[in-house]
Amino acid sequence: MQKLINWIDERLPIVEAFENHMSKYYAPKNFNVWYIFGVLSMVVLVNQLLTGIWLTMSYNPTAEGAFASVEYIMRDVEYGWLLRYLHSTGASAFFVVVYLHMFRGLMYGSYQKPRELIWIFGMTIYLALMAEAFMGYLLPWGQMSYWGAQVIVNLFGAIPYIGEDLSLWIRGDYLISGITLNRFFALHVVALPIVILALVVLHILALHTVGSNNPDGIEIKKNKDENGIPKDGIPFHPFYSVHDLVGIVVFLFVFCGVVFFFPEMGGYFIEKPNFEPANPLKTPDHIAPVWYFTPFYAMLRAVPDAFLGVVVMGAAIAILFVLPWLDKSPVKSIRYKGWMSKLALALLVVSFAILGYLGVVVATPERTILARVLTVMYFAYFILMPWFTRIEKTKPVPERVTG
Amino acid sequence: MINKIILASILSFCSFGLFAAGPAVPLDHIKTNIEDQESLQNGLATFMNYCFACHSMQYARYERAADDLGIPHNIFEENLLVGDVKIGQLMKIAMSSDQAKVWFGNPPPDLTLSARLRGPDWLYSYLRGFYADPKRPYGVNNAVFKDVGMPHVLAGLQGVCAEEPALGVKPVVDPLSGNIVKQSGCNEFSDEGTLTPKEYDALIYDLVNFMTYVGEPSRLESERIGRNVLIFLAFLFVFVYFLNKEYWREIH
Repeated sequence: MQKLINWIDERLPIVEAFENHMSKYYAPKNFNVWYIFGVLSMVVLVNQLLTGIWLTMSYNPTAEGAFASVEYIMRDVEYGWLLRYLHSTGASAFFVVVYLHMFRGLMYGSYQKPRELIWIFGMTIYLALMAEAFMGYLLPWGQMSYWGAQVIVNLFGAIPYIGEDLSLWIRGDYLISGITLNRFFALHVVALPIVILALVVLHILALHTVGSNNPDGIEIKKNKDENGIPKDGIPFHPFYSVHDLVGIVVFLFVFCGVVFFFPEMGGYFIEKPNFEPANPLKTPDHIAPVWYFTPFYAMLRAVPDAFLGVVVMGAAIAILFVLPWLDKSPVKSIRYKGWMSKLALALLVVSFAILGYLGVVVATPERTILARVLTVMYFAYFILMPWFTRIEKTKPVPERVTG
Repeated sequence: MINKIILASILSFCSFGLFAAGPAVPLDHIKTNIEDQESLQNGLATFMNYCFACHSMQYARYERAADDLGIPHNIFEENLLVGDVKIGQLMKIAMSSDQAKVWFGNPPPDLTLSARLRGPDWLYSYLRGFYADPKRPYGVNNAVFKDVGMPHVLAGLQGVCAEEPALGVKPVVDPLSGNIVKQSGCNEFSDEGTLTPKEYDALIYDLVNFMTYVGEPSRLESERIGRNVLIFLAFLFVFVYFLNKEYWREIH
């Protein structure tokens, strides 16, 4: 075994790579439960890739055959129902863990200098993931697949001058059709997974260059022992690999509970109208996107003008990219920031969650007003951040990590 | 142009909140039990005899239903398969959707997934919701699905309800006599059927139970495997928990 490793290592630096990223990658020893979601994203990504490959073996990407082929997978393919539920539940689970992972970053200032690039790569992954999820959702070719795609692609039509042609170009047709299905399939199973995988590699390489942040927001590299090892750092492997195993098992327990017992999740993971094949002549009573898009959908509906709505929705995501430059605080972690930062973050979470709810339900005049208030609240977090992070009184940051 | 119309309509819906979900009709509630093979077999028989002339279950196979419902292949083939249909085939119907469009206005929908689309409560209420309405082409209307194009196929069994049946209501008991004065379902018939209301409700329950099974035939297997998976993960948790503890003993 050792001889084989040596043989390979002379030709490819596998030992060095393992040391750099695992056994000699020093991570702060004070990670808490919030630090599990990065690893869980990887677990879900692998799940999506593997189940996706097997689904592709039996799926038929045509308007005539797509819906029937999904039912064929559910009924006639050995354990096809399991593959399909793992994949559909995995899509929602991906957003659950990614949202929590992003929240962790917001809480502990993980986007701050010197980790701006990590944050930007992460945001790009999130963006690619939204495109991946959106295109994947068309593939079962149910009513909600079809009309959801119709609504979203038509949003591009609201852009002045080029909008019409742009949405036509995306669809490849005047309506969502088999042509659209074919191209979405190609992008969903080939193009976007490659992009996502590449971005994940960049995200982790950038992370391992500057090192992980921690709940105290302290740079552990500032405090090294005589061997040049951070005093508050421990090797990722074996300490965090065994640590993460516990988190992964807990996650799998919940995940499998959903997969095996309630894969529709009350219509939130698999929407009921999607059990009816796509019908371009019949609009469903109520078109709601899947839950992970609903906060943005609520913002879109809150704006009376179509084009401005699209702009607001786009801005809600775009503004996250510049977050590292909005935070002017001398400290990273919420633990040492002032009350204004804490309140602002709490309001952001509240507004995002309620907007998510409002995006699911039918809009009424009262709900539209509430959605407007919450949209303002969401943006206020970012727009006011340079101001409140500068004026608020921060607590002194300890020299070494706590707890 | 079409594009523009759709865009305009969709966006105007978005802005003004006109996404009206269809009017909510009160429904009777049932608890389906797909482990009850006798009920499923009854449901299959009703489906094959009364529904299958017009409604396909084109994503399901006869053989799967026979196996899951514990019906021997030879009995299934003798009693339920017509002509040269093989048991391994999909449950398709002979009527073409073009013909159906002429006869009914809309082709009768495929019923493989209707229990997942509408839910068992809806189906149970709908099938007990027909009543006499001379204004409609087939002389009947439906309390759950207004002006539905479907005739009351089961009228011979249920009879025809004289007035719109109340659904989703709790039984009202006369406090003096103890008799039920009003209850869910039909209270007065203009045409009598061969079944009592109770027998008819049981028949519809079995039918809906069968449709629930067909909607997701993997459900029982999924829950059986799921239990084992969760037990395995619980054991694995104990193992990784102590493994982690052992490694972290030295970290302070």
